[in-house]
Amino acid sequence: MIEDPYLGKYVTCVSARSTDKEILKKAQDGGIATALMVYALEQGIIDGAIVAGKGDLPWKPRPFVAMSREDILKAQRAKYNISPQVSWLKEATRSFGLDKVGVTGVCCQMQAVRKAQLYPINMRDVPGKVAFAVGLFCMVNFPYDSIQALVEDHANKSFSSVKKMEFGKGKFFVHTERGNVSTVPLKETHKYEQSGCHVCLDYVSNLADISTGSVGSPDGWSTVFIRTKVGNEIWSKAVAEGLFETKPIEEVKPGLGLVMKLAKEKIDKNRKTLEERRNFGVNKALRDPYA
Amino acid sequence: MELLEKVEAIKEAKSVANKIKLGHVHLSGCTGCLVSVADNYQGFLKILDDYADLVYCLTLADVRHIPEMDVALVEGSVCIQDRESVEDIKETRKKSRIVVALGSCASYGNITRFCRGGQHNQPQHESYLPIGDLIDVDVYIPGCPPSPELIRNVAIMAYLLLEGNEEQKALAGRYLKPLMDLAKRGTTRCFCDLMNDVINQGLCIGCGICAASCPVRAIAHEFGKPQGDLNLCIKCGSCYGACPRSFFNPDVISEFESINEIIAGALKEGEKDD
Ligand SMILES: Cc1cc2nc3c(=O)[nH]c(=O)nc-3n(C[C@H](O)[C@H](O)[C@H](O)COP(=O)(O)OP(=O)(O)OC[C@H]3O[C@@H](n4cnc5c(N)ncnc54)[C@H](O)[C@@H]3O)c2cc1C
Ligand code: SF4
Ligand code: SF4
Ligand code: SF4
Repeated sequence: MIEDPYLGKYVTCVSARSTDKEILKKAQDGGIATALMVYALEQGIIDGAIVAGKGDLPWKPRPFVAMSREDILKAQRAKYNISPQVSWLKEATRSFGLDKVGVTGVCCQMQAVRKAQLYPINMRDVPGKVAFAVGLFCMVNFPYDSIQALVEDHANKSFSSVKKMEFGKGKFFVHTERGNVSTVPLKETHKYEQSGCHVCLDYVSNLADISTGSVGSPDGWSTVFIRTKVGNEIWSKAVAEGLFETKPIEEVKPGLGLVMKLAKEKIDKNRKTLEERRNFGVNKALRDPYA
Repeated sequence: MELLEKVEAIKEAKSVANKIKLGHVHLSGCTGCLVSVADNYQGFLKILDDYADLVYCLTLADVRHIPEMDVALVEGSVCIQDRESVEDIKETRKKSRIVVALGSCASYGNITRFCRGGQHNQPQHESYLPIGDLIDVDVYIPGCPPSPELIRNVAIMAYLLLEGNEEQKALAGRYLKPLMDLAKRGTTRCFCDLMNDVINQGLCIGCGICAASCPVRAIAHEFGKPQGDLNLCIKCGSCYGACPRSFFNPDVISEFESINEIIAGALKEGEKDD
């Protein structure tokens, strides 16, 4: 087990992508999140998964409990705005009657899930029934209106023409269905960020069973951290069954160094924000959620 | 490895002579909290077999007067017109090492906050207070009803705190700290606390756990942020307690896998009897 102050605990880190053509076609990166949940469902490791599917407006995610491969695939691609993912956590065990729940989500949502397991306040049945949690890397998230402003006002694209959005290489990329690509410099996006993200001390979903993101791996591939015993068992079996192509993270560009750099940037900056909150007023502090 | 040692250490520490004395004190509550205690099934029996003697519990044990206890789980709020209840809660404080407010009525008043009296046959029974308004409380277990698993965790951690070795005491202390802090924070919690302490403070991340925890579904998410229906809210404090931005105990929660294994290890023989 490796323990890193920025990357958390993990058993191994690899670069990987799904071998499933249908999953790859619509994946944000290597289709890891989707392929893992589909695999867990088909193996009976989970009975259903909470994913961020399509909402009632373009690119507005709606969390829902997916009970089939088809439903899990509907949630593909990153929607860079808030999906109250864990609002279904208790309902999944109660209204849906799941005994083994899968959850996908960003770092803070993994934190919410683990807190619900360890301190289950009005969360009956949750602790023992979260069977598999797949976390995404996350630098920051946006309110829906903000991502709409970035796409429509800054990138000058109509929201419904967008095929994929992406953050990387210092820019926000908007790809349209017709193959057009617009970019917005990252510094223009900052003022739109969700302020709650500015105290977030996790970049790579340290508390997930397996966490994944694009950073560190080549286009179309994902960086994957295997973190827990549960995660390790599922990952090993899935790889043995040929569900993923993998490469050692040391052999890909830009590699773990970049993940580390961004994790450090995010966490150090947010620690500073926490520090500033301590002296926000005159002898008055704002709350520190970790204290 | 380290973990196995911890589990082994618990097994060694379980000698019957060291069982703690556990009591359930029933005030104005609906017995839902007690049902939650019992809903640990074999786990509850395991706790009673190896870790705790149930020395007081009006429903399950034939004991009339509040005895000396290590841990008192108090269910329900106090009707201040009912002298016996007032005496009982004072007596409980005097005779217990750790007083736990079990459930939202004991912690925050919860649904009993809405009592107005006036009904037959004792109309003067009309004002109900969470126990923290009358005595000092050590640990809160909010929830309506509180989840069986949190009661189980607190029972095991209280055992480790009182009877464990140094390392176990330290772990139990770290685990219980936020629940002790809740007890210090006060006796009212409702959706407004999310507004005041989380949303207004720029800390909300729209995770949705507050909506998941609400027993009356008073919380919806509008464009990613929680919106509470204050007419539905029963002041149970669950949303506040569950929110990762109300408290987050980073070093304890990051140990989630080994803590779960310690708890499972402590309850293991109980499972075998299934
Ligand atoms: C807000 C946000 C910020 C991100 N920031 C980074 C970053 O800084 N660096 C990085 O390397 N990667 C980041 N990612 C992760 C990356 O964009 C991909 O989501 C990830 O690599 C998974 O790709 P995939 O091909 O394995 O998944 P896919 O097969 O495309 O599946 C995507 C999965 O993501 C989930 N999902 C989509 N949108 C959301 C959402 N808003 N909230 C919660 N879950 C969602 C869906 O449920 C689905 O399971 C971010 C993702 C999000 C949602
Ligand atoms: S930056 Fe942190 S708080 Fe914000 S959405 Fe991502 S994981 Fe959540
Ligand atoms: S639980 Fe807390 S952080 Fe999560 S949505 Fe509710 S108020 Fe926001
Ligand atoms: S909003 Fe719901 S969970 Fe929160 S205090 Fe009110 S009733 Fe309880």
